[in-house]
Amino acid sequence: MTVPFNWSLALPEIVLSVCGLLILVIGVFQRKNASGLLCTGLAVAAFVATAVLVLGAPSGVGYRGTFVSDDFARFAKLLALTGAALSVILSLDYNGRQKVDRFEFPVLILFSTVGTMLMASSENLMTLYVGLELQSLAIYILCAFARDEVTSSEAGLKYFVLGSLASGLLLYGISLVYGFAGTMEYGGLRAALSDNAPVPAGLVIGIVFVFVGLAFKLSAAPFHMWTPDVYQGAPTSVTAFMAGAPKVAAFALLLRIMAGPFGHLAPQWQMLVELVAICTMILGALAAIPQTNIKRLMAYSSIGHMGYAMIGVAVGTEAGVRGTLVYLATYLFMTVGVFACIMAMRRNGRPLDRISDLSGLSRTHPLLALTMGIFMFSMAGVPPFSGFFGKLMVFAAAVQSGLWTLAVIGVVTSMIGLYYYWRVVKVMYFDAPEPAFDRGARPVGAVAGAMGLVTALFLLVLGPVTGAAQAAAAVLFR
Amino acid sequence: MITQITFYLFATILVLCAGMVVSARNPVHAVLFLILGFFNAAGLFLIAGAEFLAMILVIVYVGAVAVLFLFVVMMLDVNFNQLREGLQRYAPVGAAIGVALLAELIFTVGRLKLVPGVQEPTLPGPQISNTEALGRLIYTDYVLLFQACGLVLLVAMIGAIVLTLRDRPSARRQNISLQHARLPADTMEMMQLEVGAGTDALGGFIRPRDGYGATAEPIDARALPARRSDEKLGA
Repeated sequence: MTVPFNWSLALPEIVLSVCGLLILVIGVFQRKNASGLLCTGLAVAAFVATAVLVLGAPSGVGYRGTFVSDDFARFAKLLALTGAALSVILSLDYNGRQKVDRFEFPVLILFSTVGTMLMASSENLMTLYVGLELQSLAIYILCAFARDEVTSSEAGLKYFVLGSLASGLLLYGISLVYGFAGTMEYGGLRAALSDNAPVPAGLVIGIVFVFVGLAFKLSAAPFHMWTPDVYQGAPTSVTAFMAGAPKVAAFALLLRIMAGPFGHLAPQWQMLVELVAICTMILGALAAIPQTNIKRLMAYSSIGHMGYAMIGVAVGTEAGVRGTLVYLATYLFMTVGVFACIMAMRRNGRPLDRISDLSGLSRTHPLLALTMGIFMFSMAGVPPFSGFFGKLMVFAAAVQSGLWTLAVIGVVTSMIGLYYYWRVVKVMYFDAPEPAFDRGARPVGAVAGAMGLVTALFLLVLGPVTGAAQAAAAVLFR
Repeated sequence: MITQITFYLFATILVLCAGMVVSARNPVHAVLFLILGFFNAAGLFLIAGAEFLAMILVIVYVGAVAVLFLFVVMMLDVNFNQLREGLQRYAPVGAAIGVALLAELIFTVGRLKLVPGVQEPTLPGPQISNTEALGRLIYTDYVLLFQACGLVLLVAMIGAIVLTLRDRPSARRQNISLQHARLPADTMEMMQLEVGAGTDALGGFIRPRDGYGATAEPIDARALPARRSDEKLGA
């Protein structure tokens, strides 16, 4: 027991949790009709403070091998905090207009982010599970937040039931792994599995179950059924959050355990991950074509993106992990931006979500149309925009490792994807204009514009982001 | 010997109970069998020397979860026969999944072989009860996870409140300043009654003139449900 406990490693998580508790108390004691502004502002401040702490956090393993802080965790945490802060800012106006501006909203997003950070820092399968549950439980509640709308309640219930099933599978997998390897610490697992002795079949089954549980959270292809309904039914402010930060965290987790403790078993699981990635890419491309609802379209688009990002996991090399991390960074900014644009779609006080509602947007709201167009082209992977670089990196990693099938299918599905993204742009620029939208709120416009700038000028920050991703990826392969 | 007999006793009853839980026609019986099953599982834990888990099983599962089930079954008007409708259609799928899981279990247990180099977990000495041993672990080594579990429960609590608490503006809450400002004259009325006249002859009970319908927040009178007819008597 001479290993130091390293309390200070989890300082960002502790600070964020305490802030969450304080905001909860403030929210309970504020006046009945007070707007959500105070709690939202405090939550954003908490996110910023935590991000500063994350930047300065020391590296190391603490809490008796249940928690790790390294470059990889910091990268994922910063992305998650950014996504959460942006979606909290976006939610303020939307929730106010939808009459769901209760103070619990930012508090739940905050606790969900604490779970996300725990996941990113997990060094033990138990931390993984607890973090995942904390994150998911908050999101189940958020999905049903507009409780007077039947679609929102349906989304919450559906996600909850299917999510519990996935948690069960994950837990079953974890127990199998623990039963056969005798430890849940990643370091111990890695050491136990690095021997060349044959691996027990039960352990492989356990790994498959763990992978399936995480693939569900990522909405990868055979486990994607919940995604369109939940994305469409949940309030847009919640969809904007759950499409961003939690996906990043689940991916961080997947990368960490697949490349870390189970890295030596890559030949055993690589085929499975490849298959899932291929299914996900194809489904994301084909199922999105007939959609008429922009939120459903974004759900399928997000499924497709998860498929591309999973190529990096399947490759299982440092270049692959780096590609996935860069992909996730670009994906996060694009997604937040697109949902900011969707939130601006509102006529006579009612939110709109059909693609045809965007008709002639270029004449009524030229700036909004331009921003939306940038996101669409970026998601399709058209060169000067950020989405291109993410795709390029994962495809290049696949080609380097000789996984030509993955790269070729990825390029083909990107081409198909271009069709449905282009359709949105066509509706905005070439169809007869519909009446103008309501005047949008300033924060929503600002976030959409800022994300548009990041997406369009990603080339300028490509160097630093890739460098950070490289440093993060290197940690996993030490 | 006696241990084995008790083990088989508990185990047999447990398996029978589990069968009854899914096959019992009356849902209340199913929940009661579930409770009996929990007790037997607790017995098995006791035999294995895990007295803490046994007590937790009884307290949490029997005391809280199963009773909650019972409440739900008895209070909610769920038509269980309707729920059973698809049984025959879905039975093959369920059976297939069950067989697959069973095959996996047999497969893994049959070739039970740990990863080489795994140490057997060391048991705490007899001087430490396993409640104490668990307590030492969760409050020291695993304190981070323990606190995170606390947050999970807090989020669940927030969720229950967010999703169900309805702030009804028509609720009649205690309004302390109004109560303090009350005078006898506001609420009492001295009447001169004729001899022999009953309540009916006088038009029924007199209701308070004002303050009777006072609500927590001023509300739109049209939004209120119509008063019952007997309340009009005093007006």
